[in-house]
Amino acid sequence: MISLITNFLTNAIQSGTSVLYGIYGETITERSGIVNLGTEGSMILGAIAAYIVAADSGSMGLAIICAMLAGGALALIHAYLCINRKANQLASGLTLMFLGLGIAAFYGREYVSVSITGLNKIAIPLLSKIPVIGEAFFNQDILTYLSFVLCPVLWWFLYKTRKGLFLRAAGEDKEVVYAYGKNPQSLRYLATVLGGMISAIGGAQLSIAYTKTWSEGMTNGRGIIAVSLVVLAKYNPSKAMIGAYVYGGAQALNVILQSQGVEISPFLLMMLPYVITLVALFVSSVRKGTNAPNELKNIIGG
Amino acid sequence: MKIMKKLLALGLCVSMMTAMVACGGSDSASTESTSAAGEKTTIGFIYVGASDDYGYNQAAYKGMEAVKAHFGDKVEILNQEKVPETSEASDVLEQMIQSGATILFPTSFGHLTPAEDVAKNYPNVIFEHQGGMETMPNLGTYFGTIWDPYYLAGIAAGHATKSNKLGFVAAFPISQSLANVNAYTLGAQSVNPDITTTVIFTGDWSDPAKQTEAANTLIADGCDVLAQHQDATKTIVELCEANNVYTVGYHADASELAPNMWLTAAVWDWSGLFVDICQAIMDGKWQGSQYDAIYRGGMAEGIVDLAPFGKAVPQEVQDEILALKAEMIAGTRHTFENEIKDQNGNVVCENGSFLSEEQVESMNYFVEGVIGTIE
Repeated sequence: MISLITNFLTNAIQSGTSVLYGIYGETITERSGIVNLGTEGSMILGAIAAYIVAADSGSMGLAIICAMLAGGALALIHAYLCINRKANQLASGLTLMFLGLGIAAFYGREYVSVSITGLNKIAIPLLSKIPVIGEAFFNQDILTYLSFVLCPVLWWFLYKTRKGLFLRAAGEDKEVVYAYGKNPQSLRYLATVLGGMISAIGGAQLSIAYTKTWSEGMTNGRGIIAVSLVVLAKYNPSKAMIGAYVYGGAQALNVILQSQGVEISPFLLMMLPYVITLVALFVSSVRKGTNAPNELKNIIGG
Repeated sequence: MKIMKKLLALGLCVSMMTAMVACGGSDSASTESTSAAGEKTTIGFIYVGASDDYGYNQAAYKGMEAVKAHFGDKVEILNQEKVPETSEASDVLEQMIQSGATILFPTSFGHLTPAEDVAKNYPNVIFEHQGGMETMPNLGTYFGTIWDPYYLAGIAAGHATKSNKLGFVAAFPISQSLANVNAYTLGAQSVNPDITTTVIFTGDWSDPAKQTEAANTLIADGCDVLAQHQDATKTIVELCEANNVYTVGYHADASELAPNMWLTAAVWDWSGLFVDICQAIMDGKWQGSQYDAIYRGGMAEGIVDLAPFGKAVPQEVQDEILALKAEMIAGTRHTFENEIKDQNGNVVCENGSFLSEEQVESMNYFVEGVIGTIE
């Protein structure tokens, strides 16, 4: 039973980590008043860029940097279209998602059968020996640890720095930012590109750390799930883990119930991550009103 | 300043267009064509995935290469990878016909309906669909009894396991997968009747993250041999090697990915069959041949086989398996024969009888000793 719980936690974190980066990235972006449905595109570009660089250079650090550049570049197009060209954000984001998937498939063609060393798990001494949770939390790959660290860092950035304050203000009321002599548009550029870069690390985690495989379309909707989980995380990086691990936990539960031979249709179990995510969204939105940044309300009309 | 902005916008448009063209380019780039001259027969192959996936599509692609090598200048080959199982497949097949194709191989099970839609409009073009049960006057279907080598692989797994727990990662509870799981389990139980197989369905033919999740869970649960029915097999095979867990592959030989932990695999070899089918069509003898309806071949025809054994399989086990393989080829032994019970204890095969290919391909149960739920 204990080993089942450990296994559940380990799987929940591993399945949730890529989504967690997506939530972090999209939270930053949405906080500035921009919705980027192209998160999936940034993630898949991150996955392929990291894989190509990992395979060709062997340097994992370089792989992660290139993943961030690729994901950031796609988000930069979104920022330009939405901010300078006043394009419809939903249309731009969706289109960029498909563009990202297409570019990744094109450049990934040669890498389907290529093997890489990738990022292996690193057990943290002492901590990884804690019963039940040690293995799950402290025997993971470096990108998973980074995702733990990013939680307070991003929260601190958004809520404790001047830059973060103005960034949030751009999402609430850009006129206020103007009044303070700052340009909300450049803050939105920053937030969108940074969001794309962070999301892309999630893609890299999938390809070079978790699965050590490149496969076309391997993000498989995780970026889209991340966008919807931003709402569950109440647009706050400190709650992003809740969103990510609700999804990851549901996915882990599906697999563990199957391995225990529980007599529930596998088709129902496969739906579990999506059903639980929907239920969580339902419950969280019933309880309290929305914390959505004010400027987001103009997007549908925009 | 304004002009700068316009220029920037233009530049962005151009770069995006280039990217789009680059993406589209992957399609046309993979359509290999030798210059048409003389009386060449044009043969088209479509695949649902990538041709080097260590899996289903790689096996079909190798069959195409055999056709190309065998007929040389007499044929022109059209290839298209990653064709979805939608009306897009119809479009691709139609384009191939416009390019002169008279023989078409839709190689994925889900290409059936799109192929049928096209086939009824082109009665002179011959279609050979992989893995189905439906036929038309100009559409035949072929497949192989892959569960036979899976039974043999089960014997290797039965000898290798120490925990007596085998793991199996499948995609969906379709009959083909159930047959493989059952055959594998029966093979292992022929070594030790206490062996169980735990099955996890991922709900995806090739999502590496879900494959990893399933494999990790099976390993944590104590399974020390993992087998699979996925399209792309690389992720799980490599994961097994990294975790010191034995691995049984599928579709294609992936032993190079797991030099220490590789046992064997149930694999396809379409080369002989594809060449034979094309020859029959080119000779005008397809109608009335064994290929114009439902064709099934097995180890005897060389369509399915065991991959080479890994060094983890002892010589005496290899000998035992190969001896049984010879009996199966001779037709004196069958994978599903004598009394077999399903998970609920119902007898699904009587003593002294064996299941027909049709019965196997319509299986809707797990045999005793499988841990998993179908519906």
